[in-house]
Amino acid sequence: MWRWLHPYAKPEATYRLVDRLLPWFAALTIISLAVGMIWGLAFAPADYQQGDSYRIIYIHVPSAIFSMGAYFGMAVMGAIALIWQIKTAEWSIPAIAPVGAAMTAIALFTGAIWGKPMWGTWWVWDARLTSELILLFLYVGVMALYYAFDDQRTGAKAAAILAMVGVVNLPIIHYSVEWWNTLHQGATITKFERPSIATSMLWPLLISLLGFMLLTATLVMMRFKNELLRHELHRPWAQKVLGTAQEAD
Amino acid sequence: MNPRRKKRLTWVAILVVGVSVAVGLMLYAMSQSINLFYTPSDFVEVEEGKQAPVVGQRMRVGGMVVEGSVKRNRDTLEVKFNITDTGPEITVLYQGILPDLFREGQGIVAQGELVEPRVLKASEVLAKHDEEYMPPELAEKMKGIKHVNPNSPEAYTDDGSEQ
Repeated sequence: MWRWLHPYAKPEATYRLVDRLLPWFAALTIISLAVGMIWGLAFAPADYQQGDSYRIIYIHVPSAIFSMGAYFGMAVMGAIALIWQIKTAEWSIPAIAPVGAAMTAIALFTGAIWGKPMWGTWWVWDARLTSELILLFLYVGVMALYYAFDDQRTGAKAAAILAMVGVVNLPIIHYSVEWWNTLHQGATITKFERPSIATSMLWPLLISLLGFMLLTATLVMMRFKNELLRHELHRPWAQKVLGTAQEAD
Repeated sequence: MNPRRKKRLTWVAILVVGVSVAVGLMLYAMSQSINLFYTPSDFVEVEEGKQAPVVGQRMRVGGMVVEGSVKRNRDTLEVKFNITDTGPEITVLYQGILPDLFREGQGIVAQGELVEPRVLKASEVLAKHDEEYMPPELAEKMKGIKHVNPNSPEAYTDDGSEQ
C-alpha cells in the first residue's frame, strides 16, 4: 500500500489524480444531490408528528455528519503531515477546513430553523448543540492558525496539531445525546440498530447523505487543486497547467 | 518506518491520548452541569454529594407530560400539567403559548423557578421529539396514534375549547 501511495507525496502526481477524478465527483454530486433533495423535500411522506417540518432533516443530518467527516479527514491529513511531513498533506488542511466549517454552519443553521417550530426555541445550550458549535470554532481555529505564521510550514504544523487534538470533540458530538440529557433527540441512522425512520423516508435520506459526501469531496478537491498550484507556481508542471488553461480561454 | 518518524508517531499518539483522557475526566466531573435538565426522579433520588433542588431555585425539568393531567384555563393562556419519568410527578404551571408538539405523553423541558418542592412555575416550555420518523398511516398502524392535521378544525375538538 505504501508503494502505491508514495507517488502522491509529489504535488504533480496528486494534481493529476485529483484533476482526473474531479469531473466524476462533480457529476455524481449533482445527480445524487438533485435526486436526494427533490425526493426528500417534495415526494417523501410527511411525518406523523412533525408534518412537513421534518423535511429539513434531508439537509440537516447530511451536513452535520459530513461536518464531522470532513473534520476527521482533516485530522488524518494533519497526522500524516506531522509524522511523515508530506507537503501535500499539509496543503490539504486549508483545502478541507473552510468546506467543513461551511458544513458545520449549515448544520447549525438548519438545526436552528428546525428547532424553532418543533422545540419552540432557536437555540438551547444543550450538549449536542454546544459541541457542534465548538466544532465550528475548531475549524475557525485551524484556519486561523494555518495562516497565522509568516513561515507557512510552521503554520501548517500548528494547524495540524490543533486539528488532531480537536478529534476528541467528534465522539463527544456523537454521544452527547446518550451521555447527557439533552433537548436534541438521539441518533436516527448513525447507530448499530435498525434506523428508526420509515423506509420511504430513509431512502431519500441515504441519497442525500451520498450527495453531501460527494459535495464535500468535490469542494475539497477543487480547493486542493488550487492549493497545489499556488504552492508550485514556479514549477514547470504548474506553469504548463496554467499555460494551457490560459490558452483555452 | 524510520526511527524519526516512529518518534513523531509516538508523540502524536501521546498527545491525542493525553488530551482525550484530560477532556474525558473533565466532562465526567462536569456531567451534572452538562445535563440540560433535571428529571423528576432527581427530586427524590439525590446522588451523593449533589444537592437536591430547593424551592426558589431556577432550573429546567424534563419529562413526559402525564396523560390526563393537562388543565387549561378557558379564559387565559394559563395551563397546568404534570410531568414524570419513572416515578414522581412534578407539576408545571405555565402561562403562554405551548409549542405545536406539546401533547399528553410528549417529552417536554420546562424552565422556570421552583415555587414549591414539587411545583415549577415555568417561563418557557420546550417540546422534545424522539428520533423516530414515519408517515402518519404507519404511525396509526404501529402505535395506534390517530393523526390529526393541526390545521384542520378537528384538531381543536378534544382539548375542551369551543369550536
